[in-house]
Formats: sequence, structure tokens, C-alpha cells
Amino acid sequence: MNIKKNWWKILASVCLLYTVIEGFIGEVPAREILNETIRNLYFHVPMWFGMMTLLFISVIYGIRHLRNGRMRDDLIARESAHAGVAMGILGLITGSLWARYTWGTWWTSDTKLNGAAITMLIYFAYFVLRGSVEDEQKRARLSAVYSIFAFVMMMVFIMILPRMEDSLHPGNGGNPGFSKYDLDSKMRMVFYPAVLGWILLGVWIMTIRVRIATLENQLHEPTFTDHPTL
Amino acid sequence: MKRILTFLFFVLTVISMSAQDARPEMADTLRSSGKIYVVVCVAAIVLCGLIVYLVTIDRKISRLEKEMASQKKQTP
Repeated sequence: MNIKKNWWKILASVCLLYTVIEGFIGEVPAREILNETIRNLYFHVPMWFGMMTLLFISVIYGIRHLRNGRMRDDLIARESAHAGVAMGILGLITGSLWARYTWGTWWTSDTKLNGAAITMLIYFAYFVLRGSVEDEQKRARLSAVYSIFAFVMMMVFIMILPRMEDSLHPGNGGNPGFSKYDLDSKMRMVFYPAVLGWILLGVWIMTIRVRIATLENQLHEPTFTDHPTL
Repeated sequence: MKRILTFLFFVLTVISMSAQDARPEMADTLRSSGKIYVVVCVAAIVLCGLIVYLVTIDRKISRLEKEMASQKKQTP
């Protein structure tokens, strides 16, 4: 493996290894109800950071496709959305499990929770839209425009609305986030590498999907001109 | 005097006990008995395994990309 080109994959591995080790044995503030589940900050929260990063890459490449019409940009947009949705689903599942043991229920009609679920549905619709258009160029352009709206709606549903309404979720609706507990910044020392590590892992998986799709394209139509650069 | 001392002793014991109870329950006993490190090792091994797996997939794709490129050169 070329180190100059793939240094960020090594960084991702080191960050994640540090997260898993220090995330379990590092010191955390003792709080009622939360107890040790405060460590979910290192695993549940970075899933959403990873999802947002990948969906942001998706919308950026969607806009790039609209500007230059390159099919490769559409390919990256598609695979980023795919990896992003996968991370979002993991975030939903881990959040639901955590809610069972802190709030006492798998799911509750909360602004943040429903917002996250609606975001997933919006991005499922993105793939339905892609699947329903036969023409390649039309599919790429339509889904790029759709993904701009989808990204904005995601921001509204999981970042803005839960902060305006009442929400049970930590950090929203007047509830303290971890920053209020983490007075000596010990958790930050794990949280930031965790976020970086999980984001890079998501991007890594996305580039692998892009490369596989590029190979498939080359196999099916040898005239596929875009050279793989990832 | 003895009675007062006994009373004080009991009061102090109760206070110290309630002070201990005031701390929320954490997995301190688990950590002191040592075996949390087993779990940490298991999680680290799983993560390492997944990363190694991802690296092998990555290298396999690199190989396929090279093969595809050389095939293209052969049949222009």
C-alpha cells in the first residue's frame, strides 16, 4: 500500500484503535441514569458525523456533476450517499438501544428521533428516484438536484428543529450535552479522534465502493473514459 | 461521655456510608477486578481484524485496477 497516498487510512486505523481502547478504560464523569452509557459518545455520535460528512461529499459531487456533466462525479455522489445512509442506519440502531436503557423505550416521538428517521426516508427516496430513471444523464442530473434538497432537509431535521422544539436527546431542547459534563476535557481527548476516525473509515469504505463501481463500468462498457483517481 | 462517643461514631458511620451511596453507580468494581481489559482487548482485536480485512479488499481492488489498465493497453 502506497503510504504517501493512503496515509489517511493509517490515520483512521490509529484513531479508531485509540478510540476503542481509551473509550472503554478512560475516565468519564459519573452521572445518574447515564452511568457508563456516556461512552456511547465515542461510538454513536461519530456515526452521525460520518453520515453528515458523506452526505455533504455526495451533495458537493452532485453539484459538480451539474456544473460539468462528468459521470464520475455522479458515481461518487451515489456511493457517498450509500455509505452515508449505512452510517445513519447504524446511528439509528445504536441510538434506539441506548434509549431503551436510559429513557426506558426503544423509540419515542421525539423531534430529534423522528427527524433522524425522516432523514433516512428522504435518502431512501434518493435511491428510489435513481432506480426509477432509465436514462443515465437524466438520472444523474435529477438525483443531483434532489440531493441538494435532501441535504438541506437533513440539516433542518436533525440540526435545527430539535434545537428549536423540546427534545429528550442530550444536547437538544435545553438538555445538557456532553460538553456540560466534560469539565476537564478528558472526554474530548477521545471524542475528537473518534469522530475523525469514524469519518475517515466511512470515506474509506466509500472510495472502495467507487472503485468497484468504476471497475464494473469499465467491464461493461470499455469506452468508459474517466480514469480512476481515488 | 461513652454514650456520646458511641453516638458520634454511629453518626459518622452513617454519614460516610451515605456519602458513598451518593456517587452514581459506575463499573468501578469491574475495573478494579481487572477483567475490563479483556473486553478492551477483544474489541481491539475485532477492530484490527476489520481494518486488516478492509486493507486486503483495498489491495485486491488495486490489483484489479492494474489488470484492467494493462488489458486496455493490450486491446486499444
